[in-house]
Amino acid sequence: MIADLPPGLILILGALGVPFVPRWVRRYYLLALPALGLLQLFMLPAGVSAQVEMFGHTLTFLRIDGLSFAFGVVFLIAALLAVIYGWHEEETLQHVAALIYGGAAIGAVFVADLISLFIFWELTAIASVFLIWARRTERAYWAGLRYLVIQIGSGVILLAGVVLHYRVTGSIAFEHLGVVSFATALIFLAFGIKCAFPLLHNWLQDSYPEATVMGTVVLSAFTTKMAVYALARGFAGTDMLIWIGAAMTVFPIFYAIIENDLRRVLAYSLNIQLGFMVTAIGIGTELAINGAVAHAFTHVLYKALLFMSMGAVLHRLGTVKATELGGLFRSMPLTAGLCIVGTASIAAVPLFSGFVSKSLILASIAAEGQWLPWLMLLVASAGVVPYTAYKVPYTAFFAKDSGKRCKEAPTGMLLAMTVTAALCIGIGLWPAGLYPLLPYPVDYQPYTVSHVVTQLQLLMFSALAVAVLMRNRLFPQNAAATNLDTDWLYRRMCPALLKFLGNIVRQMHLRALLRAQVRLVRFIETIYRHHGPQGALARTWPAGSTVLWVAILLCVTLIFYYV
Amino acid sequence: MSTRQDDDTPRTEKLSWFGTDRTTVLYRGMWIACALLAIADFAFAHHPAFRFEGFPVFYGLFGFIVCFLLVLAAREFRRIVKRDEDYYDR
Repeated sequence: MIADLPPGLILILGALGVPFVPRWVRRYYLLALPALGLLQLFMLPAGVSAQVEMFGHTLTFLRIDGLSFAFGVVFLIAALLAVIYGWHEEETLQHVAALIYGGAAIGAVFVADLISLFIFWELTAIASVFLIWARRTERAYWAGLRYLVIQIGSGVILLAGVVLHYRVTGSIAFEHLGVVSFATALIFLAFGIKCAFPLLHNWLQDSYPEATVMGTVVLSAFTTKMAVYALARGFAGTDMLIWIGAAMTVFPIFYAIIENDLRRVLAYSLNIQLGFMVTAIGIGTELAINGAVAHAFTHVLYKALLFMSMGAVLHRLGTVKATELGGLFRSMPLTAGLCIVGTASIAAVPLFSGFVSKSLILASIAAEGQWLPWLMLLVASAGVVPYTAYKVPYTAFFAKDSGKRCKEAPTGMLLAMTVTAALCIGIGLWPAGLYPLLPYPVDYQPYTVSHVVTQLQLLMFSALAVAVLMRNRLFPQNAAATNLDTDWLYRRMCPALLKFLGNIVRQMHLRALLRAQVRLVRFIETIYRHHGPQGALARTWPAGSTVLWVAILLCVTLIFYYV
Repeated sequence: MSTRQDDDTPRTEKLSWFGTDRTTVLYRGMWIACALLAIADFAFAHHPAFRFEGFPVFYGLFGFIVCFLLVLAAREFRRIVKRDEDYYDR
């Protein structure tokens, strides 16, 4: 059994032991868990193993193939980096939550049946919410609750889909499903919620920026990419995904440009990058799936790097609001430099990781002749300059000096960021190192003269556009504001609607009560009139009148008798 | 030259770059870089996947126009969605 222990379980079971480990070894113990997981993953044979009989079904906890392997590797690397990043964090709760959460996501990637998928799917939701609550603010508490409701909701929809699917097909295997029935549509919806599809997306931007410094880094890696994996496994080649993905790459750009909280900017930008992967999954060819997996791989790293750098700023200054930052490169030159590496990677600058993976996706879309989605993704590729490059590193570390001075980030954070940045550059310089991890053989060369020059053109001209806009004061100034997104529906509209309906019901209730009271009073008054002290029926009658009545009755009886 | 330009354009937001005001130098450098990249576009053979991709300096022009419009659109978009910072806390 130890031989085929799933890597995810190493993290989950190991995390349960964290509180019992003496403080001085705790950090090394934490570091050892993902390292062991990674080692275990490389030792495990390809194929299906770790099967358990439960509920009358065979649950399969290990299915190692090209698709699950790549996600497993990058998730374990992300868990490892998160531990290093949280080196300064004394609070055990966050580390335990992060490891269980990461372990659950890794577990979900390797399962081969829908029931175990559901178990890990829900476990990620429950474990991760503690990373938000650990911030211990009122905002974080409510954001965490909203997050939990939506995440658990996704799990419940998944369960409903799985149950229906089992009734229809008699199978719980997690293979290619396709949106072919109501059951699979439910499963698709559950995946879509966690993948932050348009209009189902706002839980992400609502909750991630409210989490702790370390929490956001961890959150950014797992939930959404687990959903990307699930979509790639179950719904590759679903045409609908092309358009869903393309829409995802464009609409959050507007929010990202005007948002003030830089971690929220990154959350919107995360959403855009998910769109690239979803589009590729919709295309569904071998090249496209390779692109989606490669992009998920590089994205986990550069997005973690960006969140790490903003986390370091938050850790040192207690704020990541664009309006309160600027000129921080003086205080945090290393963080600034590492943040730029992350930005170059997300912007797909040649020699950085994003260039290698994003080009696979664009090439796969072009190969299918889908010109409109291709153009939409190109819009997002150009838009990355204003929505990430300008917004995040420029506003925080350069721009107008805010006068804020602080220490450079703690050593653990710097180390984690350096390793992540090295991976981003490493993949960019040596894509051949990434390609063997992908599910299908890769026959693609990202570094051609034409590709490098056109990509540089795209980015440089985009930067020029931003510069022209800034010099003419047309670029939206950073402003402290809340921008309404779909969370308004459940944070304002629904409560307002419920209040309105509640008011109507209360009014009706009050009126009914009033009317009933009036009637009751009148009824009592009538009774009182007749039976009260002055009432006709309550009067004391003299004995003579009774005799008279008896005589009258007698007469009437006699008359009737003779008639 | 660049210093004079700085003084001549007080309406431009002062942006510090590595501590000194070098916005104009940077700005011109970007124009030059873009010009060079545009010229470089004619120096090699293209393999356009779509016909429009073969248009001269397609990527550069596309990037410029798209970013320009995106930012302006975001400006207008903000008018609709912007609320006070404590909107949800009240």
